[in-house]
Amino acid sequence: MEVLERVAFYVMAVLAVISALLVVVNRNPVASAMSLVGAFLAVAGLYLTLNATFLSAIQVLVYAGAIMVLFLFVIMLLNLEREPFDLPGIGRIAGFGLSVALLFSLISLALGAVARPETSARGGSGAEIGDVFFSDYLFPFEMASLLLLVAMVGVIVVARRRKPEEEEEEQA
Amino acid sequence: MSDTQVYYLAFLVKLLVVFTLAVGLVPILVYAERRVSALMQFRWGPNRVGPFGLLQPFADMVKLLCKEDLVPERASKVLFTIAPALTCIPPFLVMSFIPVAPSFALAGREMKGVVVDSPVGILLLLALSSLTVYGLAIGGWASNSKYSLLGGLRSSAQMISYELAMGISVLAVLCVSGTLNLSEIIYRQTQFFGYDAQSGNWAGWNIFAQPLAFVIFLVAAFAETNRLPFDLPEAESELVGGYHTEYSSMKFSLFFMGEYIGMVGISSVLVVLFLGGWHFPGMNSLGVQPGTLPFTLLGLLVFLAKIGVLLFFFIHVRWTLPRFRYDQLMRIGWKVLLPLALLNVLVTGAVVAGS
Repeated sequence: MEVLERVAFYVMAVLAVISALLVVVNRNPVASAMSLVGAFLAVAGLYLTLNATFLSAIQVLVYAGAIMVLFLFVIMLLNLEREPFDLPGIGRIAGFGLSVALLFSLISLALGAVARPETSARGGSGAEIGDVFFSDYLFPFEMASLLLLVAMVGVIVVARRRKPEEEEEEQA
Repeated sequence: MSDTQVYYLAFLVKLLVVFTLAVGLVPILVYAERRVSALMQFRWGPNRVGPFGLLQPFADMVKLLCKEDLVPERASKVLFTIAPALTCIPPFLVMSFIPVAPSFALAGREMKGVVVDSPVGILLLLALSSLTVYGLAIGGWASNSKYSLLGGLRSSAQMISYELAMGISVLAVLCVSGTLNLSEIIYRQTQFFGYDAQSGNWAGWNIFAQPLAFVIFLVAAFAETNRLPFDLPEAESELVGGYHTEYSSMKFSLFFMGEYIGMVGISSVLVVLFLGGWHFPGMNSLGVQPGTLPFTLLGLLVFLAKIGVLLFFFIHVRWTLPRFRYDQLMRIGWKVLLPLALLNVLVTGAVVAGS
């Protein structure tokens, strides 16, 4: 049903924009994090209306289900309170410049001044994405796994339990 | 009626059935939990309200509804209010992806026994069950109380740790089934134990092909639903009530409901992935024609019976095992379950690729 799809798209789009705004506007870090979860879920809904079910499931699983839980855990552990807004001057100027550039590129995309990137209409199921990963994009895929492995080894090295004599050596 | 109208009507009817089943199981579970615990502790349990105390859950419900709805003065009001709902919504959504019965033909159309038959169903299930943690974590944080905060923190750490082992154990099952669609996973488990005569693939219940994955998933399921021995987020001996210390009335009972529906949901996933869904040995020789409504109802009964056995197991374990210590919980998750699950995937992958 065409009408329902359109309605779903607009509902999800509006939700995504509102919750993305709330992420920035909220002074309370936990409320910001929850708004970000809302934004991720809305984007996952947008993927669904585009027939990209696999991507949508992964979006919820990875971003909303794992990464944001970790974010929330750290925020709660540090018990951050309301953050004062005291960006230094240079940060404000850089942020403003970046937003203007993004807005400009969005408008030029919408007006059709730049050629839009073409995507294949299939790309929905897990099997198709797996096929592409292990043929056309094998090298970037393996590189990304290597990067993650390095990060993991690094974390283990930093967090491992040290023997008492080692700690003395480090302090000396 | 046009095809789309039939589709939406069937969708609504199935949604209603699944929703009623999920909600209807909650009072039964509460009653069963209290009676089974009483049985195990050699006492009577609730036996005053109604015959055999069967009306006790309803009396409890009236009591909870009539209680004062307290919001702590310095709590974050909005988050405090939506947190209980956040624990309830994902388990309900999980239920709509579970194929609870075989499909049947109605006026030339195939009616499926599942509300949403997604090609990536199992991923959606994992995604949804990973969202349950927000209710507990946010509820704990928004209460502005140290016990609640500790409970919320524990729940988020615990969920992240056990989700990994759970997801990877599912991966091995997917290697055997070769599909992400839940209905198809069930259709591959037609026999109790044995191979498919034509293709030579495994066609028995996955629990026999993947016993290790089953155990890992089961343990992770206890952790994900915050049931003993993994109920650290509400450990009453150290944290008063954990994340729901400050909650009262209907908000408290929503947390309660979320836990029980979560149990129903995770048991259904176990049945689908490992216990052959609605299949049962000898079911086809009963004389009921497959593809008809009676067969669908029979399948639904088998499915519910399997869930019932698992739920009894959940309750039984709760009243048998003591609670883990927090460091033990983390050690089991990261140093035992995760390496075992990875090893299982490695071996399964090698066997599947080799055959």
